[in-house]
Amino acid sequence: MKTISAAIFEAPSVDWWGLLPQMVLLGVALSLLLITSISRRKFATAFSTLCSVLAGSTVFLIALGLWGDVQELGPRSSLASAFGVDGFSIFFTILISLGVVTTALLSHSYIEREGIDSAEFHALLMCSAAGAIVMASANDLIVMFIGLEALSIGLYVMIAIHTRRAEAREAAMKYFVLGAFSSAFFLYGIALVYGATGSTNLVQIRDYLDEVAFKDEHILLAGIGLLLIGLAFKVAAAPFHFWAPDVYQGAPSPVTGYMASIAKAAGFAALLRVFFAALPSYKLDWSPIISALAILTLVVGAVMAILQTDVKRMLAFSSVSHAGYVLVAIQSANASGTSAALFYLFTYSFVVIGSFGVVSLMGWKDGHSLDRYSGIGRSRPVLALTFTVFLLAQAGVPLTSGFVGKFQVITSAVDVENYVLASIAMLTAVISAYMYLKIVMTMYVTEDNSEGPDIAIHWTSGVVLGGILVFTLVVGIIPQFLIDFSQDAVPVLIAG
Amino acid sequence: MVELVWLIPTFPLVGFLFLLIAGSRLGEPKAGWIATAASTCSFIVTFVVFLGLLAKSSDDRSFEQVLFDWLPAGSLNVEAGFLVDPLSMTMALFVTGVGTLIHLYSVGYMHGDPKFSKFFLYLNLFLFSMLMLVLGNNLVVTFLGWEGVGTCSYLLISFWHQRDSAATAGKKAFVTNRVGDWGFMIAMFLLWSSIGTLTYTEIAQSSPMATVTGTAVSLLLFVAAAGKSAQLPLYVWLPDAMEGPTPVSAMVHAATMVTSGVYLLVRMNHVLTSDALIVIAVVGAATALFAALAAVAQQDIKKVLAYSTVSQLGFMFLAIGSGAYVAAIFHVITHAFFKALLFLGSGSVIHGMHDEQDMKKMGALRSLMPITAGTFIIGWLAIAGVPPFAGFWSKDEILLAAWEQPNIGPILWAVGLVTALLTAYYMSRQVFLVFFGDKRWDEGVEPHESPWTMTLPLCILAVAAALGGLINLPVVADWLYLEHFLEPIFSHPHQFVSSTTTKIILAIIAVLAGLVGIGVAAAVWLVHRVKADQLEPKILENAMYIDAAYSKVVGGVGHKAFEMISNADKKYVDGAINQIGKTTIRLGAMMRPLQSGYMRNYAIGITIGGLVLLIWIIAGAS
Repeated sequence: MKTISAAIFEAPSVDWWGLLPQMVLLGVALSLLLITSISRRKFATAFSTLCSVLAGSTVFLIALGLWGDVQELGPRSSLASAFGVDGFSIFFTILISLGVVTTALLSHSYIEREGIDSAEFHALLMCSAAGAIVMASANDLIVMFIGLEALSIGLYVMIAIHTRRAEAREAAMKYFVLGAFSSAFFLYGIALVYGATGSTNLVQIRDYLDEVAFKDEHILLAGIGLLLIGLAFKVAAAPFHFWAPDVYQGAPSPVTGYMASIAKAAGFAALLRVFFAALPSYKLDWSPIISALAILTLVVGAVMAILQTDVKRMLAFSSVSHAGYVLVAIQSANASGTSAALFYLFTYSFVVIGSFGVVSLMGWKDGHSLDRYSGIGRSRPVLALTFTVFLLAQAGVPLTSGFVGKFQVITSAVDVENYVLASIAMLTAVISAYMYLKIVMTMYVTEDNSEGPDIAIHWTSGVVLGGILVFTLVVGIIPQFLIDFSQDAVPVLIAG
Repeated sequence: MVELVWLIPTFPLVGFLFLLIAGSRLGEPKAGWIATAASTCSFIVTFVVFLGLLAKSSDDRSFEQVLFDWLPAGSLNVEAGFLVDPLSMTMALFVTGVGTLIHLYSVGYMHGDPKFSKFFLYLNLFLFSMLMLVLGNNLVVTFLGWEGVGTCSYLLISFWHQRDSAATAGKKAFVTNRVGDWGFMIAMFLLWSSIGTLTYTEIAQSSPMATVTGTAVSLLLFVAAAGKSAQLPLYVWLPDAMEGPTPVSAMVHAATMVTSGVYLLVRMNHVLTSDALIVIAVVGAATALFAALAAVAQQDIKKVLAYSTVSQLGFMFLAIGSGAYVAAIFHVITHAFFKALLFLGSGSVIHGMHDEQDMKKMGALRSLMPITAGTFIIGWLAIAGVPPFAGFWSKDEILLAAWEQPNIGPILWAVGLVTALLTAYYMSRQVFLVFFGDKRWDEGVEPHESPWTMTLPLCILAVAAALGGLINLPVVADWLYLEHFLEPIFSHPHQFVSSTTTKIILAIIAVLAGLVGIGVAAAVWLVHRVKADQLEPKILENAMYIDAAYSKVVGGVGHKAFEMISNADKKYVDGAINQIGKTTIRLGAMMRPLQSGYMRNYAIGITIGGLVLLIWIIAGAS
């Protein structure tokens, strides 16, 4: 720790370029709120949507520029080593910015249909995205916590934004109370790690642990354990997942997609930054526990999913089991496993956003019963085909991005000779496949060849779903560019 | 210009996708014209790429274009790429060329079919797969095409699946080809484990494998080739494949797909061992003779051509077995010309006779269908080995190569010669039965000439069948264009050692054999000097009952064995799967109460989980 001498206070140098993505998101969010509250005019939903899309696209372009920069000049960090500008953080910035764009477009027709205040929704979306980016870029546990809270608080409100729906209020309440509960774990973990190492900075923690051999490491290990619990809650890993199905089901479908992809990705980003990048010297302690969490998560996600009769709840449990696959890759605790986790997160995020986008289009007052999907293969063949591809990708069928992701994840487990985990991952993939195929069958095979409901598809949703469809298939056929991308994004912690 | 190679398969792929989306809306004849246009564009690009390749110096004629890494898996990295070299271009040229003509022909032939657009959809998909097969730069891409053409072949054979026989024939082709595919896959696995690459250019440069492995790989590749190219004992599907529409028989089952086995072995000439070559030569010769015997007694106009195709493919394998790869490819090309011509001609006859296929119910058609008859006669002279038509030159080279084989050479040559005689005989029999003699057709049939879309391809193919020999004339060394063009791709270019006198004597004997065959046929079928009954024994008509024997084994003992396996599968494999399903549901039912919906229960869950996790991690402290 740098002690502040009495005489001169030296302000830390600020890498403004590296901070630009968050600044753009927060700036646009605040301006949007300001404009819509000052102006007497009533703004159309499209205005807010456009703000989010433009902010997201701008961040995407900035991130691309930063990516080239970092690949050329190497990673750096800013704000007294509290904030990393490295391949890893930019990888997630790209993912999160695209998540903002797709979520904004998919939510457009939902917000119009349900008559929700669009400016607030989009402002929250951008703020929480900024929090997610901070979480993925933080080189300091306190900064990471701020990011986590910024992300979560945005989400609490986004879930409840449809105030007339009781389920939404219930979901928000559950997520809020349990989220606060788990934040306490995380915060207490930070305190214990600080107590053991004398720093909250990840770079310093790593360097300290490399050099010092503890006589008594109980406090440190307890701290590591508490950090893990806090983050496992965020990524909905069993047994800290109970909130996820209820909240995912109660939240508006576009928000569910956003939570299941971007919020989860940010949680995994933090997990990888803390555990893989800062605590490699303790991997023998945390890797087996993550392995156990992975097994539990895979089994719970797969088994519970096939018992459901509600499509949204099925997908909620399936997103639990996806977290299990990412954990399988993380437990290998090496560069190739980490890049497999990144690849999985990147591809999975879009498929899940797309899937909940379809669910949102199919939306129905009385829930998302599987029966509602019966026969849409005939009434909306293109929509049904798109959804089929998303489901097959989640099942890990070849020629979709999901196959390449699962293949890499399982390879990473095999590489570290964790055959039990690899076998369980394959087995649960088979179990989940049953559930995905059940939805596909319902869409296409009906007893009396009846047609399903006629669904209106707003062009904003159509564009997103089409884009994700193309992405899913292209990555499934030529995955190399994304594999290279995720390999270049493996985290490295740099001081100064 | 060679960089354009990716466009070659792209055109039929785009055609396929387009017809997939819009085919049924376009309907007849637009769907057909679009497919034909896709094929034509593909041919034009192939020709441009071919010119680009010719512009390079002969030792620099190998160009690889990698589109992307397709299957990166550990140290195995399979690229999706194309290889432009003399062999792939030769194949691509005649595949797209003949393919285009057959597309055009089909526009007329499939007139009025309710599934008109679907037919062209399949044809484009077939062309795409076939081009992937010949243009791929590694075995896996070739295998992709290999499976693709197999699938299309299946779909096209059973195109009229309302007919039981067509559906069965499709299944038979599919199942038989699986045996060959098995060989292909095992060969790939072996190659990968012993030399560590599946890319053609790297295989060509790798050091030779151990003899046993090399022979195993060669024989497995031959199993693959025998399945696709209908060699003994896997030929049984090809005669039945004639259930498909006639353009399909011409394109898939005569000119292109069935020669992919020959292509595969020529492509892999670097790994073929001398032991394996002997096996290939013997099986090839045996197939040639056997199928020619069966062709002698067929009544169906297409069945004759089917057995003839099997027989001619046997010739090609005889050439490969003798190390004469150029001769094999030469015969592939000339055969593509004359056999496509003959099939399309027979299709024209069937079309004109209102779907009559029995030759005994034809006769005297030459004046009613002059263009069909004229072109068919050119095809006949070509396959019968009458100089100067194309078939003579390629067949002559194969016979010479067989003659020069050590030890068994003269036997192989003699078998080839007898086959050539029989070929001339059965083809003459067909021509005389169909186009000459008396009218024997049923009441009410009014034979007529086919429309221009069908006769134009016939005329073009007739020219090719007549002049195809020009690409490789042995008269002057400089005229061996094909041989010089293909030379760079071989590890051991084949050299003929016989003296010119021997060559000329052998050629004269071959021509005489052909003339004898034609003469006998004329005596029997044209002027009826000899009674015909004895010349069509049942044993030959049924192809020595081999097919029936297969059916008996597979249907009898085999069926019982399959049933046992199927029962075991139901009991143990399905049982295990069902057990997993049941366990899953039971497990879910046990876990379900945990997901109670009450926040307090969730908090307890998190607390207990957290405690266990903390105890575990702290207990691990040193």
